[in-house]
Amino acid sequence: MNKLKIRNRLIKDKALLWGVCLLAALTAVPLIAILGEVLLRGYDQLSWSFFTEPTPTAYKAMKAIEAGEPIPGGIANGIIGTMIMLGMAIVVAVPVGILCGAYLAENSKRRFAQVVSYLSDLLQGTPSVIIGIITYIWVVVPMKGYSAIAGSVALCIMMLPLIIRSTEETLKILPASLKEAGLALGGNSARVMLRVQLPAAFGGIFTGVLLAISRVIGETAPLMFTALGCSFIRWSIDKPISAVPLLIWEFFNDPNLQELIWGASLFLLLFVLSLNLLSKILFEFYR
Amino acid sequence: MSDKLYKGLLFLAALAVPVVCGGIIYALVSDAYAAFEHFGFLKFLTSSEWSYTEGAEQYGALPFITGTLMTTALALLFCIPFSLPVALFVGEYFKGTKVASVLATVTDLLAGIPSIIYGLWGFYTLRPLIMALNISPQGSGVLTASLVLAIMIVPYAASLSAEFIKMVPNDLKEGAYSLGATRAEVIRRVVFPVAGSGIFSSYILAIGRALGETMTVTMLIGNTNNIPESITSTGNSMASIIANQFGEADGLRLSSLIAIGLVLFLITAIINLIGKVMIKRARIS
Repeated sequence: MNKLKIRNRLIKDKALLWGVCLLAALTAVPLIAILGEVLLRGYDQLSWSFFTEPTPTAYKAMKAIEAGEPIPGGIANGIIGTMIMLGMAIVVAVPVGILCGAYLAENSKRRFAQVVSYLSDLLQGTPSVIIGIITYIWVVVPMKGYSAIAGSVALCIMMLPLIIRSTEETLKILPASLKEAGLALGGNSARVMLRVQLPAAFGGIFTGVLLAISRVIGETAPLMFTALGCSFIRWSIDKPISAVPLLIWEFFNDPNLQELIWGASLFLLLFVLSLNLLSKILFEFYR
Repeated sequence: MSDKLYKGLLFLAALAVPVVCGGIIYALVSDAYAAFEHFGFLKFLTSSEWSYTEGAEQYGALPFITGTLMTTALALLFCIPFSLPVALFVGEYFKGTKVASVLATVTDLLAGIPSIIYGLWGFYTLRPLIMALNISPQGSGVLTASLVLAIMIVPYAASLSAEFIKMVPNDLKEGAYSLGATRAEVIRRVVFPVAGSGIFSSYILAIGRALGETMTVTMLIGNTNNIPESITSTGNSMASIIANQFGEADGLRLSSLIAIGLVLFLITAIINLIGKVMIKRARIS
C-alpha cells in the first residue's frame, strides 16, 4: 500500500519533468518554423539589385509575372527610408533617454522621479498603433501631410522608454564608491557623470540602445499613419517615405507584388535577430 | 559644466516623459470628444453598429472591444501551457545551466520577431492548416489570431515568471526535500505559493502586450465589423479596426477611431499599472 503510494508520487514527479521538458522544447518550434519559412521562401530573392533598386510599380510587376520573369526591383526605398527615420529618432531619443535615465538614477527617492518612472513604463506599454495615432495628430495634421519627420517622431517615442530604463538600471547597479571616488577627487556631479559614471555604464546603455533599435525597426502600425510609404527612393524628410516593414505590408496587400514579401521579410528578420543576438552577447561581455 | 546647468538639463530631459504622456492623453481626449459627444460615452461603448453610410453614420465600439477581449483571453489560455513549462525549465529544473540559457535565448528571439512577420507566418502557414483541419472555412478569424498572439506573448510571460521562480529561497525548497517531498511536490507546494504573485503579475503584463498587438491581429482576424459569434468566426479588434480604417477615415469616423484608441490606451494603461504594482510588491516580499 505504502509502496504503491510512493511509486505514484515518483511517477508524478517524472511525468512533470518530462512534461516540462517537452512543452518547453515545443516553444522553439515556432521560431524554427518562422525562420525556416522566411529563409526557404526568401533566400533566392536576395541579390545585389534587391538592395539597390526601388520597388517596381504594380504594372511592371504584372508584366514580369506575365512574361514568367522574376519581378524586377527591390526594397532600396524602404531601406533608405528606415535608415533616415531611424537616424533621426536615434539623434533625439538617445541623448534625451540617457539624460532622463541619469535623472531617475540620481534622484530615485524623489516623488517626481517615481512618477516619471511610472510614466515611462506606461509609455513602453502603450500599443504602437496608438503611438501612430498620436503622431498623426501631433505632426501629420499640423504639417498637412505624411512625412519622414512624422515617422521618426513615432519611432522616437517608442525608443525613449527603452533607453531610459536601460540607462537607469545600468547606472543604479554601478558601485556607489565609483561616484564617491570621483566626487572626492574634486569633480562636480556633472563631471563625475560624464567622465566616470557614463563611461562605466557604457556597455549597458549601448546594449539598451541596440535593443531599442531592434524593437522599433520592425514596427509597422505607427508608420502607416505617419510615413505612409513611397514607391521610389527619397531623401527629403518632409515628404512621405517608405520603410522595410511598410513595404512588407504593401506587398502583402498587392497581389502583383506578393513575390517580394519573403525577400523583404528575410532581410528584416535577419537584421532584427542579429541585432538582438549582438546586444545579448555584448551584455554578457560588458558584465 | 556648472552643477546647476547639469541638474537643470537632467530635469528637463526627465520632464520630456510626463510631457509626452500628457500630450498623448490630451490629444486622444480632444480628438475623441466629437464621437463621444455625438453618440454619448456609454452608448458608444455598448453599440455594435459600425456603418459609414453618409448621413446615417453610426459607430459603436462593442464589436471591437469584444474582439480584443476574446483574442486576448484565448491567447492567454493558449500561452500558459507553454510559458509555464519554459519558466520552470529555465528557473527551476535547469537553473543556471547552458540548456536553460539556450532556451532563454530562443524565447528572447521569439520576442524580437516583428509582428508583421508573425502575421505573414500566420497567414501563409497557420491559416491553410486551419482550413485543412476544417476548423473554419475561411481560415482567418479570432482563433487563428489568438494562436499566433499566444506565441508572441509566451516570451514575455516566461522570462518574467522564470525570474520569480529563480528567486524562491533555496532553504525553503531544501526544507521540503528533507521532509521527503519529490521535486514535483516542491514545485507545487513551495515554488508556486512563494512565486505565485510574481508569476501572476507576469501574465498580467503579457495580457497588456496582447491587448494592443496590431499587425498580427489585423492580418489574421478576418476584419469584419461585427461581434464574433464563436471563436472560429471573423471579427476585428480595437487595434485592428484602427489599423484598417484610420488611413481612409475623416470626420466622425476618424473621431470614433481615435475614441477606440483612447479606450484601448486606458485599458492597457490600467492593466500595465496593475502588473507593475504587483511586480514591485512581489519583488519586495
